[in-house]
Amino acid sequence: MLAKIRTAINTGDRGDFHEAHTSAPYITNDDGNVAVRIELFAHRVAEYKAWVGHCTAAGIAQAVAERLVIRGKKRMVIPSDLPDSWLSPGVEYIRDSQLDRTVIAGMDGVLSGAALGIAQTGTIVLDGGRFQGRRMISLLPDYHLCIIRAQDIVGVVPEAFAQLATTMQIPMQPYTFISGPSATSDIELNRVEGVHGPRTLDVFIVE
Amino acid sequence: MKKPESVIIELAPRFEVGAKAAVQNTQLRRNMGKATQTIRGKRAGVVDELADWESLRVAGQHIKDDVMQHLDTYLIQLEATVTQSGGHVHWAKDAHEANEIVTRLIKATGSTEIIKVKSLTTDEIRLNEALELAGITAIETDLAELIIQLAHEKSSHILVPAIHKNRSEIRALFQKSMNLPDLTDEPKELAAAARQFLRDKFMSVRVATSGANFAIAETGSVCVVESEGNGRMCLTMPEVLITVMGIEKILPRWQDLGVFMQLLPRSSTGERMNPYTSIWTGVHADDGPQEFHLVLLDNGRSDVLADAVGRQTLHCIRCSACINVCPVYERTGGHAYGSVYPGPIGAILTPQLVGTAHADSLPYASSLCGACYDVCPVRINIPEVLVHLRGKVVAEKQTQPQSWFDGENLGMKAMATTFAHRTTYELAQHAGQLAQWPFVHDGYIENGPGPLGKWTAMRDFPAIPAQSFRDWWRERQRDE
Repeated sequence: MLAKIRTAINTGDRGDFHEAHTSAPYITNDDGNVAVRIELFAHRVAEYKAWVGHCTAAGIAQAVAERLVIRGKKRMVIPSDLPDSWLSPGVEYIRDSQLDRTVIAGMDGVLSGAALGIAQTGTIVLDGGRFQGRRMISLLPDYHLCIIRAQDIVGVVPEAFAQLATTMQIPMQPYTFISGPSATSDIELNRVEGVHGPRTLDVFIVE
Repeated sequence: MKKPESVIIELAPRFEVGAKAAVQNTQLRRNMGKATQTIRGKRAGVVDELADWESLRVAGQHIKDDVMQHLDTYLIQLEATVTQSGGHVHWAKDAHEANEIVTRLIKATGSTEIIKVKSLTTDEIRLNEALELAGITAIETDLAELIIQLAHEKSSHILVPAIHKNRSEIRALFQKSMNLPDLTDEPKELAAAARQFLRDKFMSVRVATSGANFAIAETGSVCVVESEGNGRMCLTMPEVLITVMGIEKILPRWQDLGVFMQLLPRSSTGERMNPYTSIWTGVHADDGPQEFHLVLLDNGRSDVLADAVGRQTLHCIRCSACINVCPVYERTGGHAYGSVYPGPIGAILTPQLVGTAHADSLPYASSLCGACYDVCPVRINIPEVLVHLRGKVVAEKQTQPQSWFDGENLGMKAMATTFAHRTTYELAQHAGQLAQWPFVHDGYIENGPGPLGKWTAMRDFPAIPAQSFRDWWRERQRDE
C-alpha cells in the first residue's frame, strides 16, 4: 500500500506545490485585554444556551450550593481530586474512584474543574487533569456544573492548541472540547439542545 | 479497470435520470430548500465574524498540500506514534480488506453487536452490510443516521443524512419503530426519544467503531467532531474501539488542529464550535477503551493522489459547505447522485474513487457556477476538477469502438476539424446561415433539428446572424 502511495506521489506531473507549511498570517492570539476576553467567553458560552456565572475563589462552595439548589440537584459525582473547599453542605458528593458506570449514570450531575477555556468560541476544554476526572463522569450524568479559572481562558482557538501542546508528551491525555450542552441539528437543521451528553450546562468563572 | 464496489450505490440510475425524478417531488424540494437556506445563512454569519478567514483557508490548503506531498512519511509517523501510545494500526488497501479486518477484530471480542459513531468512511466501505453477513449488528448512534437506519433508507447529505425528511416524517417513523404513539413532532421531544432509545446500548455494548475527522502524525492523536454526545459515548464507554480512517485525513502537526478546528465547525454546521470534540491518543489508563485499533484505508485514494489535477479532492474535510451552497443539489437532493458522497464534492470524488467509467454522469451534475469553490474551507477548485473529469470521460469514450458511430462524438470531431482553419470555419458559417432559416424565431433556434434538439429542449440557441463579426470587420476595413 505504501509503495502504491509513493508511486502516486512521485509519478507523472507533481503539479504546482506550495511550500511545505504555510506562512498564511492567521490570528494566533487576541489583543491581550483580559477583561474583554473573559466577558467574551461568558457571552459566547451563554449563546449556546448554557448558564454562566461569576464567583471568587473563596466563594466557590457558596456559589455551587446556590446553583445546585436552583437546579434541584442533590447527588453529585466529583473527580477524586476535587478540593473539599468547593463542596457545600446539604448535597451528597460521591468521589469517583473507578465507580461503576450505572452508579455514575444514576447521579443527578457532575461537578468538575476545567483545563482551559476559549473565549472566541465559548469552549471549555477538559484534559482529564486537575479537578476533572475521567471522561465518563462528565458524560453520563444529565447535568454538568463546571468551574473554570479566569486565568485559564485563552482568546482564540490556535492559542488553546498551543497551550495544550506545552504539556505534550506521550502518552497524551484525552481531550474533550465542550461548547454548550449536547445538541443536534439533524432535524431540519435547527439546533436543539439535549441528546446524549449532559442536557444542562452551568459554568462559573472564578476571578 | 476498478469495480464500483462500495462508494456508489449499486443499480443507482444515472444522475440525470435520478435528478428528473427528484425535482418532481415537491415535498423533497421544500425540505431541501428550507434546510439549505438555513444552513447557508448560519455559515455566512459565523464566517464573516472572522477577520482572518481567508488566511485560514490558505493555511488549510497549504497544510493539506503538504500532507499529500509527504503522505507516505506522515503515515509511517502516525503508525509509530499510535503504536507507541498503546494502539494498533492496520493497513487496508480496499473496502474488502478493511471490512475483513474490522470483522475479525469484533469477532475476537465475542461481541455480536457494536455501536457506531457516524462515519462516511464506514458508509463508503459498506461496513454495516459486511458485518451483517458476519452476524454482527451495527447500531448507528447519530440521530440522523439512526433515522436513516430505522427507515431503511440511504443518506442524502454527508453531514445531515436525513436532511430530506421533515419533523413530521421523523415523528411518524419514531412512533412506529420505537413504539411511542404519543410522540409529538417537537424536535426536542424527538431528540429525547433517541436519547432514551440508545442509552442502554451505550451502557452495555462492548465494541464501538468510528471514523476520524483528523489524525495527528506527530502525536498519534485521533479527533472526532460531533454534536450530540453519541460520539463521546462510543469513544468512552466500550472496551474496544475500532477507528476506520481514510489515509488523507492525516495532519502533520498538533498545532494544525488550531486551523482546522476553526475551518470545520464554521463551514459545516455554521457554528463557532461544534458542541463536542474528542481527541484521544492510543489508550488512556483507567479512562475509556483499553483496546484501540486504527484502520488506515486506501480504497482508491492513491489513484486520486496520482492525478495532478484531481489530487486536491483529497483535501476535503467533509464539511458539506459545497453541498449546501450548490444550486443543483438544492433542487435534486442527495439521492440523485447515487453515492454516499453527494453534491459538488461527490461529483468529483465518486468518479475518481470508482473510475470515471462507472460514474460518467456525475462530472456533468453541475452548472460550473463556482459557488462550491468560494465556500470550500480548503480551497478545492471543484469546477476545475469537474472540467478535468469531463475531459477524461470523453477521452475514455473515444477509446471504445462504438464511439466511431456516436453522433455527438462525430459531430464534435467534425466541429474540431472545421474550427481549426479559417476557410473551413467561414464556409461552415455561411452554410449555416442558409440552412438555419426554417428553425429561427426572433434570432434564436428554439427547437433544433436532429441531435441539436436535445440541447435546445432546455435552452435556446442563438442563431447565426446575417452578418458575422468577420464579415463586419472586412466591410469596415474596405470602407476606411
